[in-house]
Amino acid sequence: MMLPYLWLIPALPFAGFLVLSVLGRRMGNGPAAAVGVGSVGLSALVAILVASSFINAPPPAHVYTQTLWRWISVGGFAPGVMLYLDSLSLIMVLVVTVVGFLIHLYSAEFMAADDGYSRFFAYMNLFVGSMLVLVLAGNLLFLYLGWEGVGLCSYLLIGFWYREPENGAAAIKAFVVTRVGDTALAIGLFLIFINLGTLDIQRMMNLAALHWRPGGALPTIAAALLLGGAIGKSAQLPLQTWLPDAMAGPTPVSALIHAATMVTAGVYLIARTNVLFTMAPAVQIAVAVIGAATLLVSGMSALVQHDIKRVLAYSTISQIGYMFVALGVGAWSAAIFHFMTHAFFKALLFLGAGAVIAGLGGEHDIFRMGGLRRQMPLAFWCFLAGACSLSALPLVTAGFYSKGLILSSAWEAGRAGFWLWAAAIAGALLTSIYTFRLVFIVFFGEAKAKISKKPGPRAAIPLVILAFLSVAGGFVNFPAFFGIKGSMFFSRFLASALPSATYAAPLPETDLLLEAVAAIVSLAGIYVAYFFFLSSPEYSREMAGTAIGKVLKRFWFEDWGFDWLYEKTLAAPYRWLARTNRNDAVDLFYSFIAKVNMFFHYGLSLSQTGKVRFYAAVIALGAVVTITIAVFAR
Amino acid sequence: MMPPIPANPAPVNPLRMDMIPMNYALIVAWVLFVIGVIGVLARRNLLFILMSVEIMLNASGLAFVVAGSRWGQPDGQIMFIFILAMAAAEVSVGLALVLLAYHRFGGLDADAANRMKG
Amino acid sequence: MELLWLIIAPFAGGVIAWLIDRIDGGDRRGLPARWVSLLALVFDLALLAAIWAGRHAGTGVGKYGAWFLQLKAGWIPEIGASFHLAMDGLSFLLVFLTVFLGIVSVAVSWNEIKDRVGFFHFNLLWCLAGVIGVFLALDLFLFYFFWEMMLVPMYFLIAVWGHERRRYAAMKFFIFTQLGGLVMLMAILGLYFIHGAQTGVYTFDYFSLIGTRMSAAAAFWLMLGFFTAFAVKLPAVPVHSWLPDAHTEAPTAGSVILAGLLLKTGAYGLLRFLVPLFPAASASFAPVAMAIGVAGILYGAILAFGQTDLKKLIADTSISHMGFILIGVFAWNSLALQGVVMQIICHAISTGMLFILAGALQERIHTRDMGLMGRLWEKVPVMGGVGMVFALASLGLPGLGNFVAEFLILLGAFKANPAMSVLAALGLIVSTVYALRMMQHVFHGEERRGWSLPDLSAREKGVAAAMIILIVWLGLFPQPVIDAASPALQGLEAIAGSQVKIISVAGLGRMTAPPAQASFYRTASGPLKSGALKGDKNERR
Repeated sequence: MMLPYLWLIPALPFAGFLVLSVLGRRMGNGPAAAVGVGSVGLSALVAILVASSFINAPPPAHVYTQTLWRWISVGGFAPGVMLYLDSLSLIMVLVVTVVGFLIHLYSAEFMAADDGYSRFFAYMNLFVGSMLVLVLAGNLLFLYLGWEGVGLCSYLLIGFWYREPENGAAAIKAFVVTRVGDTALAIGLFLIFINLGTLDIQRMMNLAALHWRPGGALPTIAAALLLGGAIGKSAQLPLQTWLPDAMAGPTPVSALIHAATMVTAGVYLIARTNVLFTMAPAVQIAVAVIGAATLLVSGMSALVQHDIKRVLAYSTISQIGYMFVALGVGAWSAAIFHFMTHAFFKALLFLGAGAVIAGLGGEHDIFRMGGLRRQMPLAFWCFLAGACSLSALPLVTAGFYSKGLILSSAWEAGRAGFWLWAAAIAGALLTSIYTFRLVFIVFFGEAKAKISKKPGPRAAIPLVILAFLSVAGGFVNFPAFFGIKGSMFFSRFLASALPSATYAAPLPETDLLLEAVAAIVSLAGIYVAYFFFLSSPEYSREMAGTAIGKVLKRFWFEDWGFDWLYEKTLAAPYRWLARTNRNDAVDLFYSFIAKVNMFFHYGLSLSQTGKVRFYAAVIALGAVVTITIAVFAR
Repeated sequence: MMPPIPANPAPVNPLRMDMIPMNYALIVAWVLFVIGVIGVLARRNLLFILMSVEIMLNASGLAFVVAGSRWGQPDGQIMFIFILAMAAAEVSVGLALVLLAYHRFGGLDADAANRMKG
Repeated sequence: MELLWLIIAPFAGGVIAWLIDRIDGGDRRGLPARWVSLLALVFDLALLAAIWAGRHAGTGVGKYGAWFLQLKAGWIPEIGASFHLAMDGLSFLLVFLTVFLGIVSVAVSWNEIKDRVGFFHFNLLWCLAGVIGVFLALDLFLFYFFWEMMLVPMYFLIAVWGHERRRYAAMKFFIFTQLGGLVMLMAILGLYFIHGAQTGVYTFDYFSLIGTRMSAAAAFWLMLGFFTAFAVKLPAVPVHSWLPDAHTEAPTAGSVILAGLLLKTGAYGLLRFLVPLFPAASASFAPVAMAIGVAGILYGAILAFGQTDLKKLIADTSISHMGFILIGVFAWNSLALQGVVMQIICHAISTGMLFILAGALQERIHTRDMGLMGRLWEKVPVMGGVGMVFALASLGLPGLGNFVAEFLILLGAFKANPAMSVLAALGLIVSTVYALRMMQHVFHGEERRGWSLPDLSAREKGVAAAMIILIVWLGLFPQPVIDAASPALQGLEAIAGSQVKIISVAGLGRMTAPPAQASFYRTASGPLKSGALKGDKNERR
């Protein structure tokens, strides 16, 4: 009976943060790591115990809530500090704590030489705590606290190496761009509270279903505003520009925050408020379309990047696009399934990339790597497992099952379904091409640099565990057509929290066919990558050398010019305005009044010569003038 | 100061007024006054300025006396006594100031005391 | 009586601090004066604690509102002005804030002020006394008296102990606020005569004047008179331009008091006087006032983003944050009003602490130019961490008090006027931009000068810790503050809601003040004047 200890799960990382931020500078690296890793580890342990308790002895209605204290209570507005545990938040909690713990463990070694060691773990603990608040919150305001908290930690950790101005710029960009989405979310919260009188998520959805007309203006606007928040946090079109720059942070940060957990908060939010989105079909279609567009756009951008982390960043954006497609077609559990497998394999890929980067002394450019297969066998095999999962290699990888579920759900989704499926399948091709481009360039070919450092045990264990999860993590949700007992376990587990897919499940034959197509596409992508980047790279160079190739490469490399557009239309004018108005145009008005007064002041003080005789003359003159006027002006 | 002009003035002693017309006396007073003003404005020596002020005072005193005799009332002469008393006070204060100014500025030049320039 | 002592303590403490410093002759670097000031404020704090503990025992609860302490004595009966002080939850919170920031101000001036320490504390305490008076006065004449009384000491605080352009800033501050006050005085007199002509009773009493019947036009113009004074003090765009100069040039304690308290008197005036006295007129004026608030939020943020002077940047953020108050007051529902109270308190703490940090930096490196700072985190990590917390408070991060305040205001405003609320919510984005830019320029990024400076001292750490605990506490457990203010705010809402003339409650409450105490204030203006002259002369020397 671990459920009453639910509050410990977020409280432990927060406690770790407190200890590290107050005492951190006086601690050595050892104690700091013990506190930082230990708090998340304990939290993961509690989460596993809570999960087993939840599964073995489910609470009534498969929901457990815990109100810690009354937060605010004003005129009917009474959000509490309330935790809400159902199967959805349980899965989120497990992924966050377990993957979080593994990444913390990895960081204990990765960051060992850094002078901000305790600061790093303080921020990371704060992040894990905030992320747990986000996924466990029972009302939208408390969720918003976690939501902004993870945004803050993302800022702090992107700018962790604060001495470089570029890192600071990337951090600020990340915070500001996501804040644009957060503001939309906040306005959505206002709208929901003013119209429904509550921010409690379950009550809100019940009331919305009762009082709002499906497809009406209110649910549409509310869902659109929530979507705004989700887009910002999950780096979807058109607010995706911050994520590639966010790679300025340490690699474990990219793995934890910018791949596995925080960036999928938008997916969680939409799944959590699914009733609202079901009631707003227009917005739900927009979710799917945004997802499809994002996965294609970012997939193409990922094809041409040089920086190993940027390839993975674009890949993350693209994979979240898949989740959005799933959400958009109402396949809620498919989105969460993909979230989970993605957390495993993308964290693995980032950690593997981190091992490579650390081994090469901070080298990020893939064209200066090569042949690392022999020098770093462990990193290679783990990275390969992640890459296979990302490319959805048939049958043996987790990515295959989660992506397959999304593809078949999209196929079934009404008239738009085919196009969504087509986009997703094209994206799948792109995914395997850019993934194996990375694998072939980095790990195959001739060695270009010497490895100086190999991952030690604290880094190796997380890699191996994550590699295992990337392969086996998909087996919890075998497709139905396999006819295996226990198939679709994951989706059935989530059924208590998320409604099953809106559309009829595909026939087994169709499903099988779709999976087969996906498998072929995945393998074809790997072959294309093999052909262009390993066996005969001259073709790829030739293609990039053509006029259209050059333009496309440039265009994709710059992420379709979004940054340029925002710089020209928003950032630059704002900076110009602020710089021009530094001395406050309004103040000019007051200084003008002051100047007029000063003018009269000088004018009159000129007459004050200090000469008595001059005064006397003026007095006499004045008397004459006055008398003259008095006498003659009758 | 001046009493309201009666509608039908009744001179007490018209014979005297015939001897010197009032206008002449007023012109003398005016001339005296202008001499005083010019003295104040033109002289730079504080003593002379003070003397010119005295002349102006006497000019106005004369005007009072003339006006009083024109209306046959004693007010004009009373005013003159007032002016005399005031002039005495003024001279004593004025001379004291002149002395101070002499020590302060090392001379009697009125333009030297221009510290109040704005 | 307690209310009177609350005001007398800083008054007397100020005089004693000044005299003791004169006698002491500066041998002990003003230590006696500092301790006397601290004691006077601690006495006030203890008094407040006692008042709060015994508030239910009080008999002086008015007919409406939730007053738990009242003091009413004759003052100038010829014109109907009385010495009428009263305290409800709102006043209590604000007086508490005043005393708390007063103690903080004395603490941060401990090393910064070395020159004429006694006179400094005299001005500091008199300013605080005036602010406390403003928060307690229920007689419009008395209110105006305290309103003007807090200006003069603040003028000297800026003009004597300020930075490079202190004279200019002090003069500008004085002219702006004095002009605003003048307009308010005319409005007070207008209200006084309208009420007198109608009822035959000429009085400045708040309770009597509430519900005065007048034509819509008269109400509008009188309301505008009050609004002008409060808008200048708040400050609202476009009468804000005194603020950046005054805050920038003032010594740290002056900036803390300006940002933390003087601005809040404007907010308090809006809450206590403007809307209850002219409910209909302010309701019709609300869209304009909210638009002014939105303009302030965005304009202040743009100004702050452009600054290179650290203190000026922080000052400009105040303009932005005070825009929220304007929106909240004119939304006039319980959500927004609670938000306003929270914003008053949280902004005082967060901006006050940012000014303290800026002052501490200036004390160490003798510049406020952010172009010369950079990468200071390396040298002063504790200061950096504290700065980060309060920069985040400034941008409204959930978990810190400012978020609760801004969220409640926006939520309430959304109820009243969704469009304005949405525009004001843009403030969340622009505040992020300036707050992070500040952190980047000061603590992160490139090193521009090889500063070597000590980190926060133990005393400064104590202040910072108290402020951090307070702002986090307000962010996570704001309910005590909300509960304290809620009866008072409900009373205000009820007053504004009822258009009926309310019967005077004179005679209710504890009428304990003997006449001698009323005359105390008339004689007490003597030292103020001579002090004023003295300060002026000293500065020229």
